[in-house]
Amino acid sequence: MLADKDRIFRNLYGQHDWGLKGARARGAWDGTKEILAKGRDAIIEEVKTSGLRGRGGAGFPTGLKWSFMPKKSDGRPQYLVVNADESEPGTCKDREIMRHDPHLLVEGCLIAGFAMGASTGYIYVRGEFVRERERLQAAIDEAYEAKLLGKNNVNGWDFDLYVHHGAGAYICGEETALLESLEGKKGQPRLKPPFPANVGLYGCPTTVNNVESIAVVPDILRRGATWFAGIGRPNNSGTKLFCISGHVEKPCNVEEAMGIPLRELLETHAGGVRGGWDNLLAVIPGGSSMPLVPAGKDQADTLLMDFDGCRDKKSALGTAAVIVMDKSTDIVRAMARISYFYKHESCGQCTPCREGMGWMWRVLTRMAEGRAQKREIDMLMQVTQQIEGHTICAFGDGAAWPVQGLLRHFRPEIERRIDEHTRNAEAQGAAREAAE
Amino acid sequence: MSVRRLAPPEMQPKDFSFSKDNLAWAKKEITKYPEGRQQSAIIPLLWRAQEQHGGWLPEAAIRHVSDFLGMAHIRALEVATFYTMFNLWPVGKFQVQLCGTTPCRLRGADDLEKVCRKRIGDQGEVTKDGKFSWVEVECLGACVNAPMAQINYDYYEDLTSESFGKILDNLAAGKKVKPGPQIDRQLSAPVGGATTLKEKA
Repeated sequence: MLADKDRIFRNLYGQHDWGLKGARARGAWDGTKEILAKGRDAIIEEVKTSGLRGRGGAGFPTGLKWSFMPKKSDGRPQYLVVNADESEPGTCKDREIMRHDPHLLVEGCLIAGFAMGASTGYIYVRGEFVRERERLQAAIDEAYEAKLLGKNNVNGWDFDLYVHHGAGAYICGEETALLESLEGKKGQPRLKPPFPANVGLYGCPTTVNNVESIAVVPDILRRGATWFAGIGRPNNSGTKLFCISGHVEKPCNVEEAMGIPLRELLETHAGGVRGGWDNLLAVIPGGSSMPLVPAGKDQADTLLMDFDGCRDKKSALGTAAVIVMDKSTDIVRAMARISYFYKHESCGQCTPCREGMGWMWRVLTRMAEGRAQKREIDMLMQVTQQIEGHTICAFGDGAAWPVQGLLRHFRPEIERRIDEHTRNAEAQGAAREAAE
Repeated sequence: MSVRRLAPPEMQPKDFSFSKDNLAWAKKEITKYPEGRQQSAIIPLLWRAQEQHGGWLPEAAIRHVSDFLGMAHIRALEVATFYTMFNLWPVGKFQVQLCGTTPCRLRGADDLEKVCRKRIGDQGEVTKDGKFSWVEVECLGACVNAPMAQINYDYYEDLTSESFGKILDNLAAGKKVKPGPQIDRQLSAPVGGATTLKEKA
């Protein structure tokens, strides 16, 4: 288990003061000026060495992302945009950072802004997080008051930070949709390239980072890249906030070392799977967009919770939102509900996604009741593959993967339901019909 | 994709304009964005308009905000219909947003849905006294405290049909209710106490 001294979010549960005084007592804003004095390149190099990979889902190396920003401005302003549109089902970590450790995020914004030459930052908070937004704004006001932010601040880099909010659209967590939304339009993703580092917010160089990626940066720079890189396995380093929900005894958020075995994570912090480990049916390791991993010796039993560990089981770490499902779960219905989520949240821009989401949901709903033909299982798989990779953004992939995971691991269950439904129907006198 | 329409003309008020305070607030809000980019403020402004108009957004308000920001009406209408937190139809004084996505479903959102149907009625319907309406929403991002619902601005977490019913009773009676987890629990820490962060901060 990770030692408490190695934890970054020491007010995760809101048991202490979230304000500037409390945050300072926990080490925030300590030596920020000295960190900035190291210079842009040194900071980016340090973040690269730490092995920090983006915490928003895709796991792109954060330092590398920062290095894509133009070194010399061509006259256009540069922007830092923080993605706090946390809406991935299962994920509730950024909310804790914003309401309990907001100063880590604010300090991180200043450092990241300096490292990429941005003098303005926007934090895009999802609309539903009204209280979290108020808390974050209060923390920013405190930082301005203490001259930690703004023009001529004590840290030596002029930086303005604003809180912006959305109004209930999951797709605005996609970086280019977020930028569209921030510009006051519908949140419909843009084609890439050009990438935001060249043409982003208002057509200017922009970097979009997740809340957690930014909030861990000050501690990495204070404690040193080797400290962070020393936790977890190579290429998967550091600590991570895990959100454990679903059928466990005690659902919770917890910060742990990357690469912790799933079973250890659940049993140490969440009281284990309801009814014991053997009662596990399947787990979604990284938020609803990722394929599920079923129980079993080569599956959930040996699942290591980091990027490579999840990839080995044909899933992905995503946001590290662990959704646990025990044997009482109606797995087909659970996944049909996830499909409904994607149907509801599709922005409607690309045809495969707009039409495909509803189609998948309708077919899965029938399959949950057994009202389907067995050949439709293959057809459904084929449709998911026609959506995946054929849309502007990764939303289509994220909606196709959970369905593929279901079909890969629970095909016999779907067939059983179809058989049962047919048997019951025939017992009530229905005649078999030819296919349409 | 969610298809959303404006309320029918007979429900729409004729005019809308920001109150004096809101107008001053809106003028300040647009200074967050660079010169000429005031359109960026449309979501916060529509949100404020919705607050001013009792929780829902009439067409006149959308036009008012778009004029204020110097945008074409159609662009503002696009935004208002795209984002689901803009209520285009009247809602109750207490708007219940019940999270119905899988993590909450796994832990009993079905029961809460029954409570809503029994006490409030169908989705989108406002009770006769104008106090309640409810709608099923997608993941609200409090999954470790599932099942949960948002009522106006606050999250009510770790609900059961009993505790949820009680909250609705108390709100109806005008009593104060406590947001957050409705069981003995420190926010998102495990029930029975945190397993970490026990050393003094």
